Amino acid sequence: MIRRLLLRSPVVATLGVFVLLYAVSAIRYPAFTRPNVFLNLFSDHAALGIAAVGITLVIISGGIDLSVGAMIGFTSVVLAVLIEQNHLHPMLAVLVVLLIGTALGTGMGWIIRTFALPPFLVTLAGMFFARGMGLVVSLKSLSITDERFTAFGAWEASIGSLRIPSVSLVFLAVVALGAWLGRYTRFGRNVYAIGGSEDSAVLMGLPVGATKIRVYAFSAFCSALAGVIFALKGSSGYAHAGAGLEMDAIAATVVGGTLLSGGVGAVPGTLIGVLIFGVIQTLVLFENLNSWWGRIAIGLLLLMFVLVQRIVTRRAA
Amino acid sequence: MSRQPETKQKQRGGIPLFWPLAALALLLLYNAVFTQDFLTLTIRNGQLYGSLVDILNRGAPIMLVAIGMTLVISTRGVDLSVGAVIAISGAIAAWLIVAHDTPPALVILLTLLGAALCGIWNGALVAFLDIQPIVATLILMVAGRGIAQLITQGQILTFRDPVINFIAGGSLFYLPFSVTIVVVTLALTAVLMRWTALGLFIESVGANEPAARLAGVNTTFVKVFVYTFCGICAGIAGLIAVSNISGADSNNAGLNAELDGILATVIGGTSLNGGRFFLVGSIVGALIIQTLTTTILSSDVPPHYTLVVKSVVVLAVCLLQSDAMQASIRRLATKGGAA
Amino acid sequence: MPEPTPLLKMTGIQKRFPGVVALNNVDFRVNAGEIHALMGQNGAGKSTLIKVLTGVHTRDAGEILVDGKPFSARSPGHAQELGVSTVYQEVNLIPSLSVAENLFLGRQPLRLGQLDWGTLTKRAETAVQRLDLNIDVSRRLSTYPIAIQQMVAIARALDVSARLLILDEPTSSLDAAEVSRLFTLMRRLKADGIGIIFITHFLGQVYEISDRITVLRNGGLVGEWPTADLPPMRLVEQMLGLDASQLPEHKQKTQRLIEERRKPFFRAAGLGRKGAVEPFDLEVREGEVLGLAGLLGSGRTEVARLLFGADRADSGTCEVDGRSLRLASPRDAIRARFAFCPEDRKTEGLIPQLSVRENIVLALQAARGWYRRLSRKHQNELADRFIHSMQIATPDAEQAVNNLSGGNQQKVIVARWLASDPRLLILDEPTRGIDVGSKAEIQRLAMELAEAGKAVLLISSELEEISRCSTRVAVLRDRKMIAELDGGEVSEQEIMQTIASGHGSGDEPTA
Repeated sequence: MIRRLLLRSPVVATLGVFVLLYAVSAIRYPAFTRPNVFLNLFSDHAALGIAAVGITLVIISGGIDLSVGAMIGFTSVVLAVLIEQNHLHPMLAVLVVLLIGTALGTGMGWIIRTFALPPFLVTLAGMFFARGMGLVVSLKSLSITDERFTAFGAWEASIGSLRIPSVSLVFLAVVALGAWLGRYTRFGRNVYAIGGSEDSAVLMGLPVGATKIRVYAFSAFCSALAGVIFALKGSSGYAHAGAGLEMDAIAATVVGGTLLSGGVGAVPGTLIGVLIFGVIQTLVLFENLNSWWGRIAIGLLLLMFVLVQRIVTRRAA
Repeated sequence: MSRQPETKQKQRGGIPLFWPLAALALLLLYNAVFTQDFLTLTIRNGQLYGSLVDILNRGAPIMLVAIGMTLVISTRGVDLSVGAVIAISGAIAAWLIVAHDTPPALVILLTLLGAALCGIWNGALVAFLDIQPIVATLILMVAGRGIAQLITQGQILTFRDPVINFIAGGSLFYLPFSVTIVVVTLALTAVLMRWTALGLFIESVGANEPAARLAGVNTTFVKVFVYTFCGICAGIAGLIAVSNISGADSNNAGLNAELDGILATVIGGTSLNGGRFFLVGSIVGALIIQTLTTTILSSDVPPHYTLVVKSVVVLAVCLLQSDAMQASIRRLATKGGAA
Repeated sequence: MPEPTPLLKMTGIQKRFPGVVALNNVDFRVNAGEIHALMGQNGAGKSTLIKVLTGVHTRDAGEILVDGKPFSARSPGHAQELGVSTVYQEVNLIPSLSVAENLFLGRQPLRLGQLDWGTLTKRAETAVQRLDLNIDVSRRLSTYPIAIQQMVAIARALDVSARLLILDEPTSSLDAAEVSRLFTLMRRLKADGIGIIFITHFLGQVYEISDRITVLRNGGLVGEWPTADLPPMRLVEQMLGLDASQLPEHKQKTQRLIEERRKPFFRAAGLGRKGAVEPFDLEVREGEVLGLAGLLGSGRTEVARLLFGADRADSGTCEVDGRSLRLASPRDAIRARFAFCPEDRKTEGLIPQLSVRENIVLALQAARGWYRRLSRKHQNELADRFIHSMQIATPDAEQAVNNLSGGNQQKVIVARWLASDPRLLILDEPTRGIDVGSKAEIQRLAMELAEAGKAVLLISSELEEISRCSTRVAVLRDRKMIAELDGGEVSEQEIMQTIASGHGSGDEPTA
């Protein structure tokens, strides 16, 4: 019965792991029961989470996006330049970088579709390009002192005694958007269809090409937004930001129940995957372990998840 | 229905090798014209020096990784953990020397053994547990640098050992020893692939695994073999890396090695979908990547443009090799020819 | 009396590909409320014609009229919108999504700008009920067998208001009951005025269901006839372009073999696998063709896979020459000198990018191990020998196998196993989806092998083929081996009666 439940919704397994992990942590460190420790999970990993939402849809479509981390660095540094050197209003600057990011994603998607190239390679080129262009804009970290910008970064919504930072709200909004797109739009269902069987999707007359372009555009939008979030939190732009983040995003997505082969998965699962990621980082901190244990722990978690997914799907076959 | 013999099949050493070689030739030509003293070679203390030698020397680790990666990709797999394995290998070597004063021969042996174990781990996940290669190797990629740092306890271990230092610093027949290592590895691999049936088995597993299994090929063995082999190649690259700086830098050793390795393999003509592989092509691919980096470094272009240029080259090569492009080129070629 | 305007009229269709003329001045027409069979050997141009019609390819010349009006589809999706839908053999739907979603992908009902799942489910239920299909539309499509998936595909086509329905080899994976159900549906649709193009290799089915037959050969139109006016023999002749019958008469020879009753060299006792086939006993003798008969889904391929170690048995034992044998993997079976030509040659047989030579030597090489490589000279000799003896149509041994036609690809796989000189050759549906000429050659080959002292296990859905080629027949039904027929009993009628009654002639009648 449990197996069938797990098969129906892979997110259930992820949720179970998260609850278990959190419970164990709370037993060991009562600090975990404090609301702001839980809330910090969202704000600390907002950038990763937002980027992961975008990458989730790409992976469900059967593709992959390696440019996510590089986009964060590129976007943050361009944002810094626009605000500090070009004196653009922060909101306008954010709009501009989101547009640039989305344009880059559209470009990658267009190349992937038109020339039928492997997404792995095209987004790899995109990663080099974004990282490189970021370095061209500025080798050094650029701080953002514009008060309107930093004010938004520091703003918190108050609900009762809880304080929710602006970045967490943006994170949650993006998760909601991603989940809605995936479940309630034709675009989203086409993404699932293409990931399930691209050949069939073509024969069924679905707009495969257009959907592919859109899904990479969305992923780039998300990673550009993640770059904005990064800039908000650190009040600076840095071209090297987000190095290696794409692998963390992919790991969070897999832990969240999405299959790398495509066709199966869900955005809410990725949210939980990111939270699990966060809990582990926090645990490592609390346990006063050396940082490398965090990486090993995540590797082990990934292994565990992959094994469980394997056993569940194998028995069903 | 009449049917002319389709020469769709890419023959070994034929069409696919043309484009990478042409690209490399173009790059070298550009350098010969625009970069000062690019082609000059000088001999000092029995060693050759010059830009060309530099390319070979610095490109050695990529070439080694590419050799191993080629076989893995040929089985329709991929190994994202090679960078981490390079770091782990370096960490093992440095630790053995610094903490245990191990004799160099044993250091080399144990390091390669450690790298092989990493490969076996990957191979076991893929072959026995049937986990997707990208996910299976992602695990070691994520955890691997952590393991390397665990071994070196977060420090950059440095040492002084003449034998180990010879690996990257020494020379044989005027060329850096690392080049010799690459040549020997390439030769041994090629012999192993063509003089035994391994090449055929690997290609058949990549092209159609269920059919290969039903034909009696031991697909499990083949898969474990290629990942182990790739691990060992990364281990050798790790030894070169650690020899280069006489130390183990677990954070930076082998950074982006997997991406460069995959790129080199694809540029060289092996398809990500598996099947036919081209070892020489992968070497050429690795040389292209290294030449590109060197070109930018020695030109007036600021070094931070390296990545941008790299991205354009990646795209250009992929486009050239794509089916769509090949078809257009074929059409252009035959337009002037037969009706 | 003036003829009614045909629903579909294609005239003078031309289509070339580099080096190949796929369609040469082909005419084709289908009337509303008619089931029209489109036939021809592999390579005759059937699928190209359909692809031209549905917009996958653009025709070089010719005219297409639907209901008298010019018809030009830019893509399969566009063709669907215009009322022409195709249901393929491989059921091109999305297995990981639900039945309801598959029915409405791309046209989901919307409410306030987002997907209305409630309405979608309701409409899906209506759509499947229209076909007398009572299934849970919210379950994933992959949880249903192929026959049901095909019906869902047809339901989708109908819902997109198809006027012309193209069924491309719909019965290849169905058992008799499912075929019958499909035909009932087709007759209903025909009564509703829908035109159906039925592409198939099954002669029997053509005569059962179709109203008219069109035959293509080598890209050209051979003719169009009302089914009732065309006797089967003439149909086959038209498809082959020959007069004489190609079907060999080996009955006398096989009779002779039976008299030399040899001892079995292979015995399986209680061999079974849960969910695949119930424990069975089987003996195989040298010099015989043991036919494995039964309806689709009765467990024949499962038996073959167990015998070859492709699947692991839960129970039972095997012995070869009196010695116990463990069949845990194909390599165990190969070591015992068994050979297996699988049912699905594309996914389980051929190694696509490799050459004909490499495909042929693969099994032999695998048996020798990775360190004892066959010399190139030896490989060339082997390849040339089989290309010649089996008349494999290929320019040379280095040709990539995917460039060969279906029949020749099948020959390559058989050659691969013959090269390893097996004692037992298992052929699973070796002549399915192959042109009539190659079919006859492979049947002849099977019988020649038996005469040469080998054992052949022949699995086929065509009773005629089994009865003609086999010396002994094991009959399966519903995943259970129910009887063995010998010598004089090996006729189609006897096999069918055995399957229908569920038991052999000497047994107690089963429920």
